Amino acid sequence: MRNLFALLAGSLFGAGLTVSGMVDTAKVQGWLDVFGNWDPTLAFVMGGAIIPMFVAWQLTRGRKPLVGGEFPPKPEARLGRNLVLGSVLFGAGWGLAGLCPGPSIASLTFNGIGGLVFVGSMALGMFAAPALRTTLDRAVPAE
Amino acid sequence: MEQDWIMGLIGGVLIGLGGAVYLLANGRIMGASGIIGGLVDGSGWSTAAERLSFLAGLLIIPALIVPFYKEVDTHLTSNLWVIAAAGILVGVGTRFANGCTSGHGVCGISRLSLRGIVATVMYILAGGLTVVLFRHVMGVI
Repeated sequence: MRNLFALLAGSLFGAGLTVSGMVDTAKVQGWLDVFGNWDPTLAFVMGGAIIPMFVAWQLTRGRKPLVGGEFPPKPEARLGRNLVLGSVLFGAGWGLAGLCPGPSIASLTFNGIGGLVFVGSMALGMFAAPALRTTLDRAVPAE
Repeated sequence: MEQDWIMGLIGGVLIGLGGAVYLLANGRIMGASGIIGGLVDGSGWSTAAERLSFLAGLLIIPALIVPFYKEVDTHLTSNLWVIAAAGILVGVGTRFANGCTSGHGVCGISRLSLRGIVATVMYILAGGLTVVLFRHVMGVI
């Protein structure tokens, strides 16, 4: 059941990214480009997605997940260097190509060689990240 | 163009429903970078079947929908160096920050997580600055 629900969730995510136009890098870069021909679509996508998610978080109260286990713990209050540094690096890459992890997979079948190069290099970055993180934490302790 | 925001809103609700299913059924946060990253670095191999099922839906459904569109242009740059640099930045960055647009943006903001809100503000600012710099100043993208 767990895998079936995961397939359903991924399918809804993929359908939503396609229908909303978020697989189009021009729409993403258009949202980020406040000095160009600004495209507000991404704000509607974010807003639309937050509504059902907000309801879902309310429904987790006093319940357990359908397939068992526990809901994720309360979010940490601590921000930390890695959160800020990581978000800045991610944002720079997001702006450069107009792709983030979800849409990069959703558009993989129709994004040509560029789509493959993006997912390949993203995987490389993800593979290297734990070692980079350890090195950085050792060189410059976070707190 | 004027119907773009309606499609954006509809698509957004679908994305949120996906996140709601993943949370309420499986008890997990729908974060694309975490789901992929756990498979890549081995930290999530114990839940590999669940992760792969999610990614299968994410990959296949768009491929099935797209043929119904008259034309699909994702406007991805043809400069593979820019794409490779962007991919590495996205890969490293999302793992350092422990989340991306779906995990921090959609799932984090909707539970009023301070980390999710700060991360989202930071990556939008960095993304905006990058587009302005590389498009309007340097003319690369």
